[in-house]
Amino acid sequence: MLDVRGIQKVYESKDRTVEAVRDLTFTLPAGELACLVGPSGCGKTTLLKIMSGLLEPTSGEVRMEGQVVNGPPPGMAVVFQEYGRSLFPWMTVRDNVELPLKQKKLAPARRKELVEESLAAVGLAEAHAAYPWQLSGGMQQRVAIARAVAYEPHVLLMDEPFAAVDAQTRADLEDLIRDLWHRFQVTTLFVTHDIDEAVYLGQRVLILSNSPTVIRDDLAIDLPDQRDQLTTRSSPRFAELRARVYEQIHRSKDAAADADAEQPVAAGPVSGPAPAAPDHSGF
Amino acid sequence: MSVLRRVGMTLGLPVILLAAWWFASAGSTSFFFPPLSEILDSLVEEWFGPRLAADVWPSLYRLAAGYALAVVVSLALGVLIGTSRTVRALTEPVFEFFRAIPPPVLVPIFILLFGLGDGMKIVVIAFGCMWPILLNTVEGVRAVDEVLSDTGRVYGLRGWSRLRHLVLPSASPQIYAGLRQGLSVAIILMVISELFAAENGLGYAVVQAQRSFAIPETWAGMLMLGLLGFLLSLLFRLVENRQLAWYHGLRRAQRSS
Repeated sequence: MLDVRGIQKVYESKDRTVEAVRDLTFTLPAGELACLVGPSGCGKTTLLKIMSGLLEPTSGEVRMEGQVVNGPPPGMAVVFQEYGRSLFPWMTVRDNVELPLKQKKLAPARRKELVEESLAAVGLAEAHAAYPWQLSGGMQQRVAIARAVAYEPHVLLMDEPFAAVDAQTRADLEDLIRDLWHRFQVTTLFVTHDIDEAVYLGQRVLILSNSPTVIRDDLAIDLPDQRDQLTTRSSPRFAELRARVYEQIHRSKDAAADADAEQPVAAGPVSGPAPAAPDHSGF
Repeated sequence: MSVLRRVGMTLGLPVILLAAWWFASAGSTSFFFPPLSEILDSLVEEWFGPRLAADVWPSLYRLAAGYALAVVVSLALGVLIGTSRTVRALTEPVFEFFRAIPPPVLVPIFILLFGLGDGMKIVVIAFGCMWPILLNTVEGVRAVDEVLSDTGRVYGLRGWSRLRHLVLPSASPQIYAGLRQGLSVAIILMVISELFAAENGLGYAVVQAQRSFAIPETWAGMLMLGLLGFLLSLLFRLVENRQLAWYHGLRRAQRSS
């Protein structure tokens, strides 16, 4: 469905070269909900921009449904972290959700149906006529999610969408994502720096190393499909998985520190262990 | 009460100034400072009489045409220059030069090029008031937020619809700032363009009145111009408040959070 093959991104400026992403390869099968977790500044946003066709990779390619991505593909929606800068403040909530559908040249009746359905699905059935800035942060991000859902994407990318909302809202929005994913079965990649969030949400967690980024681990999350903030998060299996992800991220930080000590902008192989295959054994 | 207060606040000072003028000039026998009552008589009889059609309308027509021309040209050029780094690098020095020329000195040259008719005056107005509009449009278009722009790209906003739904609305607060400056420049140039070789218009009529020693009428012409500028800026604010309601709301929301 979504194939990421050998992605590398090097930023070159006058006096220095920064390799943000070294070598990333993974595949998202159709209908999967995967989380991508990694330390801050590990190039998550860079990777997401490359996957959504907003940024050219230095080498490698992204394929969506077999087609090479070289510009935002029509069947993809993205939810950005900065909801305040992602909704058009000069448009009402309804117009914000409807605008992409107009670009898709859908009939007005169908547009109306999609707008109403998606806003109801995120719990904002009453807010059609409001402007985004009249809503709270969590509600604004719901609008952005509704806009993505109404677009009927085949792939949905989310870039740390809940990093800027308070804890309670965040828990609600996490459940909303699980709920929407069950309803619409959209292939979803959820990027976060929050380990708990990644384990709670995903069927699978991809762990990234520090920059220059490689995939550190690819972990299947074998928690029950029906998840609940209370019982899931307090289950022993959740704690095991969480510890496992935590350990991987920490090891990758140490490895990066070692590599840095040897060679600042190394072109050689990473000094840590190679990307591991999915492992269900816990520790 | 609050409505009454606001009306009082708005009208208070103008009423006091007019009253002061009225009483200070009431018994005036000076030829150059006629009593306000005479000036107001002249304003009503002349300026709201035959001169309304003969001089005020032609001036307003040229103002509207010149301003409209400047808006269209500046928006088109501004979007082009703001979007393309190459065009910007090419045009910037030339624009800095043209902008530095005080528009009144162009009148003699434009007379040579466009003759004495309305065309010349419209071009003078347009040429003078386009700079603030153009430069503000360029800056506004350049400053489109990166996340908004990415959002637009992801959701297939391209070409004309990108311009209409993303670039222009996003630049509109700055564009309106430019339009407001442009309007006051346009009013000044409307008068100046009528001082040379004109046969009607507000500027022409005021100068004619002064030259023929019709002093109350000269003063009344000044009042008329002030009144006109005031009404136009009121109208402008009305349109701006409607169009930028979202922006003012957004700013209020950002301040209170």
